[in-house]
Amino acid sequence: MRRSILLAAALTSTLALAACGGGSEPAGDETTEPAEETSAPAAGGSLTVWVDETREPAVEAAAANFEAETGTTVELVQKNFEDIRTDFLAQVPTGEGPDITVGAHDWLGELTTNGVVAPIELGDKAGEFEEVAVQAFTQDGQVYGLPYAIENIALIRNTALAAEAPATFDDMIAAGEAAGTPYPFLVQTGTEGDPYTYYPFQTSFGAPVFAQNDDGSYRPELMLGGENGEAFAQWLADQGSAGVLSTDVTYDIAVEAFKNGESPFIIGGPWMLEQFADLELAIDPIPAPGDEPAQPFVGVQGFYVSAQSENALLANDFLVNYLSTQEAQEALFEAGGRPPALTAAADAVSSDPIVAGFREVGAEAVPMPSIPEMGSVWAFWGVTEANIISGQAEPAEAWQKMVSDIEGALG
Amino acid sequence: MSTADSNVSAAVVAPGDGGGAASGTTRSPRPAPGGRAARTGSGFGVGFLVKLVLVAVVDALGLLGLFAAYTEESWGIFAATLALLVAANWVYFTRRALPLKYILPGLAFLLVYQVYVVGYTGYVAFTNYGDGHNSTKEQAIEALLVQNERRVEGSPASPLTVVESEGGELGFAVVDDAGGVRVGTAEEPLEAAPDASVTDGVVTAVPGWTVLDRAQVLERQQEVTTLRVPVSDDPEDGSVRTQDARTGYVFQSVLEHDAEADTMTDTSTGVVYTPNDDGEFEAPDGTTLPVGWRVTVGFENFATAFGDSRYSGPFASILVWTFAFALLSVVSTFLLGMFLAIAFNDPRLRGRKIYRTLMILPYAMPGFLAALLWAGMLNRGYGFVNQVLLGGASVPWLTDPWLAKVSVLLVNLWLGFPYMFLICTGALQSLPGDVYEAARIDGAGRWRTWRSITMPLLLVSTAPLLISSFAFNFNNFTLIKMLTDGGPRFADASVPLGHTDILISMVYNVSGLDGTAPRNYGLASALSIVIFLVVGTISAIAFRQTRKLEELSS
Repeated sequence: MRRSILLAAALTSTLALAACGGGSEPAGDETTEPAEETSAPAAGGSLTVWVDETREPAVEAAAANFEAETGTTVELVQKNFEDIRTDFLAQVPTGEGPDITVGAHDWLGELTTNGVVAPIELGDKAGEFEEVAVQAFTQDGQVYGLPYAIENIALIRNTALAAEAPATFDDMIAAGEAAGTPYPFLVQTGTEGDPYTYYPFQTSFGAPVFAQNDDGSYRPELMLGGENGEAFAQWLADQGSAGVLSTDVTYDIAVEAFKNGESPFIIGGPWMLEQFADLELAIDPIPAPGDEPAQPFVGVQGFYVSAQSENALLANDFLVNYLSTQEAQEALFEAGGRPPALTAAADAVSSDPIVAGFREVGAEAVPMPSIPEMGSVWAFWGVTEANIISGQAEPAEAWQKMVSDIEGALG
Repeated sequence: MSTADSNVSAAVVAPGDGGGAASGTTRSPRPAPGGRAARTGSGFGVGFLVKLVLVAVVDALGLLGLFAAYTEESWGIFAATLALLVAANWVYFTRRALPLKYILPGLAFLLVYQVYVVGYTGYVAFTNYGDGHNSTKEQAIEALLVQNERRVEGSPASPLTVVESEGGELGFAVVDDAGGVRVGTAEEPLEAAPDASVTDGVVTAVPGWTVLDRAQVLERQQEVTTLRVPVSDDPEDGSVRTQDARTGYVFQSVLEHDAEADTMTDTSTGVVYTPNDDGEFEAPDGTTLPVGWRVTVGFENFATAFGDSRYSGPFASILVWTFAFALLSVVSTFLLGMFLAIAFNDPRLRGRKIYRTLMILPYAMPGFLAALLWAGMLNRGYGFVNQVLLGGASVPWLTDPWLAKVSVLLVNLWLGFPYMFLICTGALQSLPGDVYEAARIDGAGRWRTWRSITMPLLLVSTAPLLISSFAFNFNNFTLIKMLTDGGPRFADASVPLGHTDILISMVYNVSGLDGTAPRNYGLASALSIVIFLVVGTISAIAFRQTRKLEELSS
């Protein structure tokens, strides 16, 4: 009796192993033969779109128009924004992925090296978008996404505590101290650092992360080292020991303190504004501690088409002809609060001084690098900054080690 | 506590649990169901009918699965489902496989949820699955070709209509800049069609061609999107393609794939790329094309884990800390839980039930939430612990390497003791009172009673749970991720790993799932296999020891 159990167990486990061996294979075969069942239903076909919670109602509205005019069924799948990138990378090759997904432009490098996105041809529509938005979704001359929103950080000022925009970093600290609040200014840091929020300070020392080509795209040549980078590291250490910067200040702590009027300035983006509804605000350029202008990163959000989409025609039609309309882009602005990527829509909503303020700072900003090499930078960047600020590391030495570690990771 | 919050840990914890369950079933003799078997064998009783219905339901579900697998062309799943279905029918209708009737459901789930997962992880460990090697070669080639097809600079956007020739061949009819209509197919370059009719700038009819309506276009959208209509006989002029069946653009391919020689040729430079062993197209000068595919790389991932100096240093110290963390967590939670259980088991204590309920509260909180809250409370400058309890001290609870380890252990103690308290309370209440009486008569003191009676008897029933608790803590990803995220970083390492990282969080970092590092599922799977071997071996040895303990007591 015991033997028969073992035998059965052995048999079934070999079968299961064979199954998993086989399970990974068929992905390739599926693509050679267009599956019948997707082209069979309803005359208009169907589209699957991954969208996050905030954007869902806006996309739904555009989808309703599309459905009414073309007879296509659009199925919206709500996902966590943080999960989309990983899931998209994993599921597209199996043929299980969506036709369209919402995403950020800095995923582009990763998505193209893994061959999961298809280029889209915006045609003459490209000119109707803000230049930086299309640029951000361009790689090697090809556009890979339909941009819908632009986001960047700026200096948010509580006008009740500081009447004027500071011209330099020192001015800001002086104004903050004059206001008599517990903090002269607030910037989220945390023990892991926040290189995204700190980037304008870094650029003001002339140490951008990667070298930029003339057309605004990046090439994988590290620029954050050298004298300029070390000067920035030294500044971090100085401000850290002076108590202006602190790794104890997390996003939550910074936002809470600003909300309670504990500081006239905070560096942050439009996503914070909901919390500051009670305050009188003004949006200013970020004051530079170095000699060069403080340029924050610009992030562009948009929609990608899957490289394995069996409904590529519908997907492109939906994006290029329905989501690029002023109406759709304004609806997405209402949902997400980020200035639209379509110039006409952006102009329409810029009557709000806050939106206009962010847009103005964004005009001077640089796109966040989307080359795949960027993935190797984040892990070292923030922690090094945090360690320098907290005084755990020697600024120049730690900065040099970070650069060599990143070079090591880039291989 | 034993409910694994994260999938990552579930995969590796479970073999230990499964082993425990299996050894339990083989050891505890059940009343032989021979009587019932004889009864059902004598005729078609109610039991048989119930069985028939249940198996019919299982078969129906199985057939549904088979059909779904067939339409999706997933033959692996198809074969596995079929095998399980046949096995189920055989087992429940034969009289020769009585034990399997009990075991089969569990066995099936074990196979699907554990053996498959472990097997697939094992397979990935020997591949270079990760960034740049995400998919199959066919898809990589497809992606490279698509990415390298460029719109000819300055070419116009022409209103386009999809048409079909009498032979059923698809073609495009485009309106050019001058307003003239040109028609062509993949074989025949665009030619002027002067007698075509145009309405609102779009071709509506071409003599000799059928204009496809939208439904027809959608039905053949794969063909439409892959159709390239050459502009002229000269391939240098490019070809017209469309992405939305409304507008056509002239494109030119920079890369060309030679299917027979399996090479990629850059038409602008003439460089020929050939596939290499790493799953990439490589030029003679060593440059590679960006999109690669998944290939088997043998033991390369294991060699990286142990051999690459960037990983091997941190790997050793992380391994030591993982053991220390798992062991200390089990010991500390068990001792505190047991102490409280014994204290609250004293019948002289009033309001025991209220105390016991209060004790269980930390257990009722989701682990990740509690860890997040603790991370906030232990913040150096603003945390509750430093600000209120320590009167404004700035103790670097989470940023000093040693203090961070202590904090992790303390928080895990807070999270874990209620579980131990629960099982010890249960075990204590089932201890026989006469043994204690005998001990008292023999003149044993409290300490002696605890050491010689309570402790051994308690261990008999709790040892398997302690082992599974060890396995759980060995992979306690949630706590580490939420509390310290592995920090503070190793100052001397060149990989993003830290002092409180345990193996499973190291795997998570290496696999790049959080986007701070390039993805490397191959290396991550190889490390998972190492963890699996460690936990599996320890659990197996420990369970063997427990068996001895059981024999002692019986």
